[in-house]
Amino acid sequence: MTTTLIADAPVDVDAEGFLTNPEQWNERIAEAIAADNGIPELTDRHWLVVRFMRERYLATGTAPSIRSLGKESGVSVKELYQLFPKGPAKLAARIGGIPKPKGCI
Amino acid sequence: MARRSSGARVDARTRRLSGLNRKRIVILGGGTGGTMTANRLRRRFDQDEAEIHVVDRDDRHVYQPGLLFVPFGLARLEEIVRPRGRQLLSGIAFHESEVESVALDEDEVLLADGTSLRYDVLVVASGVRLQPEETEGLTGAGWNERVFTFYSPEGAEALRVALERFEGGRLVVNLVDMPIKCPVAPLEFAFLADWHLRERGVRARTELVYATPLDGAFTKPVASEQLGGLLAEKEIDLVTEFNAGEVDGVGGKLVSYDGRELDFDLLVTVPLHGGADYLERSPGLGDALGFVPTDRATLQTPARPNVFALGDATDLPTSKAGSVTHFEAEVLTENVARLLSGEELEAGYDGHANCFIETGFHKALLIDFNYEVEPLPGHFPTAFGLPLLRESRLNHLGKLAFQWVYWHALLPGRELPGLGPTMPTAGKRMVPVHTT
Repeated sequence: MTTTLIADAPVDVDAEGFLTNPEQWNERIAEAIAADNGIPELTDRHWLVVRFMRERYLATGTAPSIRSLGKESGVSVKELYQLFPKGPAKLAARIGGIPKPKGCI
Repeated sequence: MARRSSGARVDARTRRLSGLNRKRIVILGGGTGGTMTANRLRRRFDQDEAEIHVVDRDDRHVYQPGLLFVPFGLARLEEIVRPRGRQLLSGIAFHESEVESVALDEDEVLLADGTSLRYDVLVVASGVRLQPEETEGLTGAGWNERVFTFYSPEGAEALRVALERFEGGRLVVNLVDMPIKCPVAPLEFAFLADWHLRERGVRARTELVYATPLDGAFTKPVASEQLGGLLAEKEIDLVTEFNAGEVDGVGGKLVSYDGRELDFDLLVTVPLHGGADYLERSPGLGDALGFVPTDRATLQTPARPNVFALGDATDLPTSKAGSVTHFEAEVLTENVARLLSGEELEAGYDGHANCFIETGFHKALLIDFNYEVEPLPGHFPTAFGLPLLRESRLNHLGKLAFQWVYWHALLPGRELPGLGPTMPTAGKRMVPVHTT
């Protein structure tokens, strides 16, 4: 774990750049991480997903999978991939300042 | 009086119970978890202490590990399917009916045949439901012609016929998304397909592809590396982070949500999994995917104190596998007894799972792990046992022998020495554990 500066704020991140302490997060950090990952502007739809992920993580200790996101966030899986190319759950977690979702087994 | 007990402590508890009114325990599902739980509880309580009911929509108990072998002609359906009712000890009522819904507030299960069953304790053991229809095009034209799953008896049999006729081309194995039953099964299928096609002399004309939504061959780092190595050794192409979104069964195309395409001549898919239908009609019991939130150590559900769950039906972060269900059944049975006698529940399950992984050529690997410790090399259950994370003939024989153990020891609820709800560490090499 290392400490780094994102949007002028010191944050703890893991080896892959996920925040390890969700309390250090703010919206400017989210925007900076998004821009770094090919999303120049976070739209309302992006925010809806990011907030849903974050709230779910803070309430349950687990980030939802893409499937549960598709069922519960109000954004379909197809749109999730349009909003967050490659891996929506991972990217939304990264932007939302929560740890990398654990693959289930 | 207890018919059988594992110690004086239990005798005392069950004696206390006999003074109470007869309790009714209803178990939804007559598969691995439901059958084991019913039989274990029947051995534990006398008829005047508890009546036990098992509900299932059909009377076909499938030895699911056997499904992997059916497509290769190494097992026949009639060898792996037996009547559910006959696996239950006498003194257990079996209801063959769909479940309509569970009314948590009334402590009542409503069956589709109109029967209503009130319960003192409810055990949810209804496993999972395959949901191929949730993936666009998967069950359209080409389903069971060019696109197959071996996760159902009918699918496994249809795939056997197709493999027999397969004369080369591109064979893609894909799991659509986690969670799935027996997460190693699609890998085993790829290994066995490689072996089968070599034996038939068509491997040189076949491109074998393993496409997974995971970022490696498997979820856990040490095992993922080992299994990824095996795929490479067997010349099976590994495509990672592939989230299948659409299937064209006629054109032979599997398309991911991010627009990548995989052409196939034969697609072997593991479809999405969800909970049993009735969970959607039973508010408060299942989550959005129909899995039942369950306490990871006691197996009680947060829905109600008198509702427990085990096996594939739960949302627990461990494998959906028979071994898990077996270890859970032991803890669950104890906790049902504790609940009925007003004692504190035992936090006795640690996520222990173990799986044989068939790798073809009469060999298999064995992995053993729990919530905290990933599969590690070494031996199981002690330093002189079966080799872990390493191919061996002994493991293959172990896997074959297991079917007998399943029907004759596991389901009837007999104790198996050396196999318990907590993971043994004696024979393991505790290599540095990766944290993810």
